[in-house]
Amino acid sequence: MTQPPDQTVCPRLALSHISKSFPGVKANEDISLSVRPGEIHALLGENGAGKSTLVKIIYGVQQADEGTIAWEGETVSIPSPKAARRLGIGMVFQHFSLFDAMTVIENIALGIDEAVDRDVLKARVAAILDSYSLPLDPEREVHTLSVGERQRIEIVRCLLQEPKLLIMDEPTSVLTPQEVDKLFGTLRQIASQGCAILYISHKLQEIKALCEAATILRAGRVVATCDPRVESTKRMAELMIGAELRQVEHTASTGAGEVRLAVSGLTLAGEPPFGTDLEGISFEARAGEILGIAGVAGNGQSELLTALSGERPATDPGAIALDGRQIGTMGAGPRRALGLACVPEERNGHAAVPDFSLADNAILTARHRLPLTPLGLISTGDVNRFADSVIKRFDVRTTGGAALARSLSGGNLQKFIMGREIGQTPGVLVVCQPTWGVDAGAAAAIRQELVDLAAKGSAVVVISQDLDELLELADRLCVINEGRFSAPRAVASLGIDEIGLMMGGVHGAASPPGAPAHA
Amino acid sequence: MLEWRRRREPSTLMLWLSPLIAIGLTMLLGMIVFTAMGYNGFHAVESIFVTPFLEPQRWPDLGVKAAPLVMIALGLAIGFRANVWNIGAEGQYIMGAIAGTGVALVTHEMTGWWILPAMALAGVLGGMAWAAVPAFLRVRLQVSEILTSLMLTYVAVQALYYLVRGPWKDPDGFNFPQTRMFGADQTLPAMMEGSLVHLGIPAALLIALVAWLLMEKTTAGYAVKVVGLAPAAARHGGFSADRVTWATLLASGGLAGLAGLFEAAGPFGQLTPQFPTGYGFTAIIVAFLGRLNPLGIVFGGIVLAATYVGGEIAQTTVRLPQAATGMFQALLLFVLLATDVLVKYRISWRVRVA
Repeated sequence: MTQPPDQTVCPRLALSHISKSFPGVKANEDISLSVRPGEIHALLGENGAGKSTLVKIIYGVQQADEGTIAWEGETVSIPSPKAARRLGIGMVFQHFSLFDAMTVIENIALGIDEAVDRDVLKARVAAILDSYSLPLDPEREVHTLSVGERQRIEIVRCLLQEPKLLIMDEPTSVLTPQEVDKLFGTLRQIASQGCAILYISHKLQEIKALCEAATILRAGRVVATCDPRVESTKRMAELMIGAELRQVEHTASTGAGEVRLAVSGLTLAGEPPFGTDLEGISFEARAGEILGIAGVAGNGQSELLTALSGERPATDPGAIALDGRQIGTMGAGPRRALGLACVPEERNGHAAVPDFSLADNAILTARHRLPLTPLGLISTGDVNRFADSVIKRFDVRTTGGAALARSLSGGNLQKFIMGREIGQTPGVLVVCQPTWGVDAGAAAAIRQELVDLAAKGSAVVVISQDLDELLELADRLCVINEGRFSAPRAVASLGIDEIGLMMGGVHGAASPPGAPAHA
Repeated sequence: MLEWRRRREPSTLMLWLSPLIAIGLTMLLGMIVFTAMGYNGFHAVESIFVTPFLEPQRWPDLGVKAAPLVMIALGLAIGFRANVWNIGAEGQYIMGAIAGTGVALVTHEMTGWWILPAMALAGVLGGMAWAAVPAFLRVRLQVSEILTSLMLTYVAVQALYYLVRGPWKDPDGFNFPQTRMFGADQTLPAMMEGSLVHLGIPAALLIALVAWLLMEKTTAGYAVKVVGLAPAAARHGGFSADRVTWATLLASGGLAGLAGLFEAAGPFGQLTPQFPTGYGFTAIIVAFLGRLNPLGIVFGGIVLAATYVGGEIAQTTVRLPQAATGMFQALLLFVLLATDVLVKYRISWRVRVA
């Protein structure tokens, strides 16, 4: 399907010597790259490598400090996204800008620049859905759609403008394996019609499968360009992180110990307007094991975490038991005092207070198990000592405990938060997306800490959308889908296709032929 | 051109410098405005912002006016830290005075050391009761406390008018709308011979110290700050936003009520329709001028007290209208909010190369 790019045609987009600085950081430095018509070009790099800044410059959201942009051979300035769209540049963002309470077609109508008659628009949308065989009902309200379907809205929005360059920012981070395959088919079809695609990701397997050229960024600079079809993934990974990859070391498992966390029949209504209801969730986590919970985003993961942490207590005391003790109706503080620690997905504003120092953030969740606030008085000395010990043990790169949480990079803040919980040696640790947005080095360190905590006799529950992470960490795996649980299975017995089907809600049964993928 | 750059961390220096810059700018703008209006702008600003500090005979008056401002602002600031916007301190101040006056009238012609403490307690409870209404409505029905607390102020004013013109009117008062004068044991003892300086001044300072310790050194103060900065994190950490809403509204209502009682049992010595002087609103400016910090609020209270004292001076020296005081106070709040930009942004001149 994909033709090798014709070396003689002039590039659709050529960047030369682009630089962009923010206070205290050079986000892009002397970056040059070019994309030809029909080419799928990967922009590869870790979080914070400068990929997002670069595409924001191309899409007109930000302006480069230095360097030039050439579009089909002519130097252009792109002062705004509207100007970018006029040139023929379309972009699908990682975070969609959709109105949940409106229909697909209404969202599409809102997203295009010129006023189009509703019936004309409907016909054009139908034509696009048909020619790319995208399953999507234009009359459905967005909140009833899966993430994969929402992404299709954004793609259709771009295709309506007949783009000559399509930018995809981390498009697969929220998709099931089957949805990823479907997306790749669509992208190949788009490219075969002459549209250039700039594909941003840090997932090497995908880039190998899809792209024919790759530009690798590290710390704001181009460190290599390569053909991902022939380059090894290990080599690309090392170029991307600038160091050798570290593997998590599993110590010899002692086998499953006694049940530490038992959830039985946990049912909890989601928070209005669009929260997911948890329905009859039951599982056990035993001492010494890591239980993985897979699932596509928005299927009740964050609701499960807040139900376990006590932020939203259940009505039945027996729904959750910790070391045999019923805690279902207890609040967050008492649960933590008994040894149940939780780390939510969102770091800023949920797991930590961005405008507090690290030391003050240590008080937030450590005060129940550590003597930091005797009689309600904050013991500054003890707090600082605990914060410093976390910073040291978990290698948090910061100026010290007085640094504001917001001043840390995502990975460093996550290391601090994980360290704060692990430093209290909880009996049960529940983490949601522990390495989301964290660079590979820090992610490996965090995973190692989780394995070590389990080895010491705690039960660890990892809720994640990253299947590779779950397969690497977990002993047993179950899937959450629309607020319901599948039965846990030993990871060793599972294939990735099988997990993918479970994530899509199929639960072992074969997918009905011809039915639209509903995740 | 002017260039704005977001600072990586808020500037601590600017956090404390910006109120001083705001005061300076307010003086400058005030000078320009009143000169343009045909007054002697320099003398107007001098009378309002400088004379009260230079003439020692003004100092007791400064203290008497600063005490209620500081006391009310301390309570408001704690609430503001938790994103609880009690705008109705004026109403709680009036209600505190009414409740305390009730005790004074019941104990009319009685004597005893216990009368004043009972009045103070009634004042606190009166203010709290008035603040409990917005607290209940916000916690139970998610009604904005900004609207309810503000509207209740006007209810309190009407209640005061009704009482001084009706059931509490002084029977020996020649039909003037006012209550009886309080007796000796119902009045705050003067702390200095022949002046109005009363117990409220040391009380305000003591409360400022306690509030500072509470906010900086206790989990209660920590809870207030977390709820204000990151509600989801507060819930994650096991803090209840509802409890914080209740506690901060009751604390600010109670302090406003106490300030009202001190004012009634001190400078006024009775209740009259002229009792509401706007301290409850001016205290909002005091809280922000003091950066919501209890010790900063003491400073803020003195500055705003000067605008009252100085406003009176300017009426005689420069023939400024009484409304000038309010204008300076409002100007100060606007300029203060504007200079707050300096805390988060660095502003510099840059020649832009096109």
